[in-house]
Amino acid sequence: MLSLIRAVIGRDLRLAMRRQADIVAATFFFIIVVSLFPLGVGPEPEQLRRMAPGVLWVAALLATMLSLPRLFADDHRDGTLEQLALAPQPLALIVLGKVIAHWLFAGLPLVLLAPVLGIQFDLAEDALAVLTLSLLIGTPALSGIGAIGAALTLGVRGGGVLLSLLVLPLYIPVLIFGAGAVDATVTGLGAQAHLSLLGALALGGVFFAPWPTAAALRVALE
Amino acid sequence: MSNRLINWFRYASPQSFYPLAGRMIPWFWGLAAIFGVAGLGIGFLLAPSDAQQGEGYRIIFLHVPASWMSMFIYLVMAFWAATGLAFNTRLSGMMASALAPTGALFAFLSLWTGALWGKPMWGTWWVWDARLTSELILLFLYIGFIALQAAIDDPRRADRAGAILALVGVVNIPIIYFSVQWWNTLHQGASVSLTKAPSMAAMMLWGMLLCALACWMYSIAVALMRVRVIMLERERHTDWVRALLRGKE
Repeated sequence: MLSLIRAVIGRDLRLAMRRQADIVAATFFFIIVVSLFPLGVGPEPEQLRRMAPGVLWVAALLATMLSLPRLFADDHRDGTLEQLALAPQPLALIVLGKVIAHWLFAGLPLVLLAPVLGIQFDLAEDALAVLTLSLLIGTPALSGIGAIGAALTLGVRGGGVLLSLLVLPLYIPVLIFGAGAVDATVTGLGAQAHLSLLGALALGGVFFAPWPTAAALRVALE
Repeated sequence: MSNRLINWFRYASPQSFYPLAGRMIPWFWGLAAIFGVAGLGIGFLLAPSDAQQGEGYRIIFLHVPASWMSMFIYLVMAFWAATGLAFNTRLSGMMASALAPTGALFAFLSLWTGALWGKPMWGTWWVWDARLTSELILLFLYIGFIALQAAIDDPRRADRAGAILALVGVVNIPIIYFSVQWWNTLHQGASVSLTKAPSMAAMMLWGMLLCALACWMYSIAVALMRVRVIMLERERHTDWVRALLRGKE
């Protein structure tokens, strides 16, 4: 079982590395969106510090969503997905592997970049640490929940816009607890509760999302 | 007719449900009209004006039933979606897609009337209160469901994809609700509390309940009308629809 997941992760990562431009583009999208906010609302440090958690989190949601269509689209186009669905191993496990791979090349870069971008927003050290930690815990949930939307919109007309319509409302709890953790640190309440809930969401999302995703993939492959 | 038990599963087929729905629709419209007139009559003529809110509170007679219906219809929709996935019945998926626009309408009405109520009472059209926010997200979920179904041409695939989305949404609704509530209590103090209802006069309560019943009946009637149209559209290649249309000409 683990070897199957590992094989799927390895395959998807290798494919992603062959097309690094895609990863770089999504990452730069994240950087650009975050950099737009100080230009739009003005550079007062006080205001930026208050906005930073929300801005970084919203940008992370959008950047993750941007890379979601590729999760299944390429495999669908060349027929790999049908072969995977026919494999004797459960499709949900394969999906789990793909979700983990998606997080490794779409979520992890955001986590690594967050402290640098947080400095631009004049965040204090402890807030920076919590922001990075909250993204580290929360982004797997984004990949998991997003996989459901990606599978539902597979091969559908206007899939990209539709995907955002389906996935963004489901992302709201992750956004609230993720940005809330940083806010709680800044106001001195302690981020423990928010991070715990975020962890619960991430575990639940990554664990349960592969099942509806697999069901949606089977619908799409009919 | 020797078997006294009605075979309910007979009505799972569009062919036998179509005439049944046609016979039920006028009844539900009638009931909706009666309950609506009675509820609004009590609401506007008999119910006393509120001690704190004056006459403005009377929008409650539309606001509260609309909010109830918006949440309840989502549950019913998810129920039909699950039934359709589990038993692979054609009618269930049609029912779910027939309910979605009504649910979205009520969610929108609830937000709209809420804004109209909020302006004179709280002095603002909108606050990021837990209930308002989760109702807004509910509207997004409805719109996502409708958009997904509209984007898929094959009706069977649209039904099943929509069903998966509706079920994922049902799991998410409590999570969203509580997340929004906790987020809000942490950010701003509870300046507006919707949960503490003023002890209502009996007449107000009756008016509201009658209006809620009217909304129920309206939802059922409209959903049945819509499901009849969907049935005709999807089953247009079958003999019974052809026979039906020939009979009408």
